[in-house]
Amino acid sequence: MTQEKILVIGGGIAGLQAAAALRDEGFEPLIIEKESSTGGHVSRWDRLFPTQKQAREVIEELTAATAGIESVTDREIVSLTPEADRVTATTTTGERFTGRAAVVATGFDLFDARLKEEYGYGLYENVITSAELEAMFRAGRVTMKNGDTPKRVAILHCVGSRDEKVGQNHCSKVCCITGIKQAIELTEAIPGVQVMNFYMDLRAFGNGYEELYRRSQIENGVTYIRGRISEAGETHEKRIQLKVEDTLVGRPLRLTVDLLVLLVGMRAPQCCGSFGLPTQANGFFAPRDPYTGNVQSTVPGIYLAGTATGPKTIGETVNEAVAVARRIRMDLGK
Amino acid sequence: MDFGFTINAPRAIYLDKIDPTLRDRIIARERTTLLCIGCGSCTATCTAGQFTPFSLRKVQHLIRRGEYAAAKEAVQNCMMCGKCRMTCPRGVNTRAVVHTLLQEL
Repeated sequence: MTQEKILVIGGGIAGLQAAAALRDEGFEPLIIEKESSTGGHVSRWDRLFPTQKQAREVIEELTAATAGIESVTDREIVSLTPEADRVTATTTTGERFTGRAAVVATGFDLFDARLKEEYGYGLYENVITSAELEAMFRAGRVTMKNGDTPKRVAILHCVGSRDEKVGQNHCSKVCCITGIKQAIELTEAIPGVQVMNFYMDLRAFGNGYEELYRRSQIENGVTYIRGRISEAGETHEKRIQLKVEDTLVGRPLRLTVDLLVLLVGMRAPQCCGSFGLPTQANGFFAPRDPYTGNVQSTVPGIYLAGTATGPKTIGETVNEAVAVARRIRMDLGK
Repeated sequence: MDFGFTINAPRAIYLDKIDPTLRDRIIARERTTLLCIGCGSCTATCTAGQFTPFSLRKVQHLIRRGEYAAAKEAVQNCMMCGKCRMTCPRGVNTRAVVHTLLQEL
């Protein structure tokens, strides 16, 4: 008998791992990626928390695991139509793909830091996002816009997370540990640099995260100041002036830094509103059940994996992608 | 002439203007002070803190912000009982921190 085709919408790490696992379960996966190549956000990152493994290695491993699996790129799915025993996905141009079931592995968007105008992203040249800092790490050189080496860097946590003002009440989960990791990497890249992390709560929840936090303090001398920067301004020499309360001292702080890094959170992408599936308060797709049905949607034939259902680490995402293949096998009963 | 008004000094700490020499010397002598996460266990258990405004947590933060005068005044209240060292979840050598502060400040 012919193999059943399963649509995998999204070619990031969730989609790649799901496709590899689906093939192992005897299905014929088809990866549909909206960009010109697969790999998603991880393919643009430099090193990963908590062990500083190269992101490239994760992509290489998953790419090898998906060798020979059919994929199409530059196809953005805008709607999903479930029928009795099949699901049809339609692209922006009206192209249709049909499979026995579909895995929604559409991931997240990085929060657009311009929405937090008070931090001056897009206005001041030395205010950058955590994603842009990763690009600098990849290029092997961290500099201010004018090419100078920064001597003092501030990293601001929770930009676009835990913030009602931008409609993002949820915690993006991975930024705290990313801020710790990036602070360590800054001290490694620039000898003598002073790095200050401004946080509301430091949520170092995962295996090895608290240890990394501790290491950043005692070995790398990273300073942590509890307080959310209220505004940033630009000096005549293009440095960034910050206003913040040091909430543990109970006094306002004023300081100037050479570079301000905004740890941008995860935002639900547009497709979360157009696929006709129920969503959670944070805007991401709602799983059928948050305990025993994490990789199923409420609609038969449509499955979920990775950050499509909210912020997750790479490990959690990959695990869900393996689980979703097994779930589909169990549901289709073969 | 007294018009009945006073002017408050600005409360902000200007990190650009502090002299880090003393801070850096204290950190170099007792590096575990860097591990403080501000939990307040030390202050909660502090005998001196029951009767005075002494808070080792706050003193350590003041040093990091260059507020040496306020830290110097506060640290005189410590009775060196060492309970804070037994309770610190991060392993800050609190007694050594106080010793260092008493000598350096």
